[in-house]
Amino acid sequence: MTTVDRGACPYPFSEAKRLDLDPEYARLRDNGELARVRMPYGGEAWMATSYEDVKTVLGDLRFSRAATLGVDVPRMTPLTQTDSTLLTMDPPDHSRLRKLVAKAFTMRRIEMLRPRAQEVVDGLLDAIEAQGPPADLVEGLALPLPITMICELLGVPYEDRDRFRAWSDAALAFDAYTPEEIQAGRDGLKAYLAGLVAKHRVEPSDSLLSELVRARDEDDRLSEAELVQFGVTLLVAGHETTANQTGNFLYTLLSKPHLMRELQDDPDLLDPAIEEMLRVTPLGAAAGFARIATEDVVLSGTLVKAGEAVMTQTASANRDGRVFDNPDEIDFHRENNPHIAFGHGVHHCLGAQLARLELQVAVGTVLRRFPGLRFAVPAEEVPFKAGRLVRGLQALPVTW
Amino acid sequence: MADGRWNIAIDSGTCIGSGVCAGTSPKYFTLDGGYGTPVAEEVDADDEVITAAESCPMEAILVREVGTDKVVAPLD
Repeated sequence: MTTVDRGACPYPFSEAKRLDLDPEYARLRDNGELARVRMPYGGEAWMATSYEDVKTVLGDLRFSRAATLGVDVPRMTPLTQTDSTLLTMDPPDHSRLRKLVAKAFTMRRIEMLRPRAQEVVDGLLDAIEAQGPPADLVEGLALPLPITMICELLGVPYEDRDRFRAWSDAALAFDAYTPEEIQAGRDGLKAYLAGLVAKHRVEPSDSLLSELVRARDEDDRLSEAELVQFGVTLLVAGHETTANQTGNFLYTLLSKPHLMRELQDDPDLLDPAIEEMLRVTPLGAAAGFARIATEDVVLSGTLVKAGEAVMTQTASANRDGRVFDNPDEIDFHRENNPHIAFGHGVHHCLGAQLARLELQVAVGTVLRRFPGLRFAVPAEEVPFKAGRLVRGLQALPVTW
Repeated sequence: MADGRWNIAIDSGTCIGSGVCAGTSPKYFTLDGGYGTPVAEEVDADDEVITAAESCPMEAILVREVGTDKVVAPLD
């Protein structure tokens, strides 16, 4: 009798559907297995699905992001990553760059932006109210809020949003666009940011981009390429994530009226509710950001050899029953919610506090101002985007 | 550049266990029960400690000069 080698499983296990998580993740995680998968590009990889394994891979410096740069690593996207960014760096390079902007994103500094976020949301909802139902909360709120906030923080003209939105849309695709279109998106963003950097050199302001220009020109703390790419990363990561999660969270609440009522009856539940929705809402359509083991490491009893790639599935980790009671249940009263929706370790989301602020203000204010909010179309007809790295709604038609 | 002895303290009520400090500087920081902890409370001055403290999203890490209690990080 021979051992049956199940071999590597083709990945993704299924096409991402709405906000559902493929049940295969739960099976692998609850069996304590490190999965072997064949990614659409770059061959086979290990995949961590348990809370412990995912946290280890994200937090342990023996798993490198820098080793993936310019290499045909297992991945979802047709193109390899050729530009060095904050997300493809390991310490100490990563620490050197992150430190330049970390202060602007601390809890304390972001909290100072709360009145401005509220003002922006109030203005957007005033316009929606004045226009009357039905309205699209993606175009009307979920997109313009984070775009306004990151534009103001970085020093990017809000009037340019249609241009950088189109590039960003393509840059974050895996099969929604052709490889040429994806490359054109990346190039467009870089050229645009290079132009903005030049502008900030001539007319400095108190924005983050000007601060980074000063760090380069006066103290030589980063290269010109790093400066431009840093701008791209902050602009794209600064709006894509929160814009999509705002729509996703509102979709969840509108699909589960008992949760929405609970939150409307007790506004003090807002912060824990946002944390709980961060935990259960898979932002990524699939596991991304491969890491390469720089030495042999054992995960869940499986030897990962030096040089092998490991993918992480944080959404699965966030539903690990060893850490969360009734993990698949959305519970706004969880005592302890150590979710890793923002990642873990050195790459823990730089903008986490800004994202929390925007989600709290957007969701909280919508529920307060539109107590009768509901879908304007049957729930199953609310359109989701496809073929992109992050999940999100194409539109959120509502009435009240 | 840095000299003298420093004291490292982490406010456990503020720490969210992001893991940024332990990843940035495993020499000086570790995670205990999911939360950041200094490997040693008193260390020789080293800029790496400041880098880790300034990278904390919660500003939960306080670095002070031993003896004078002067705050080394975080600074505005």
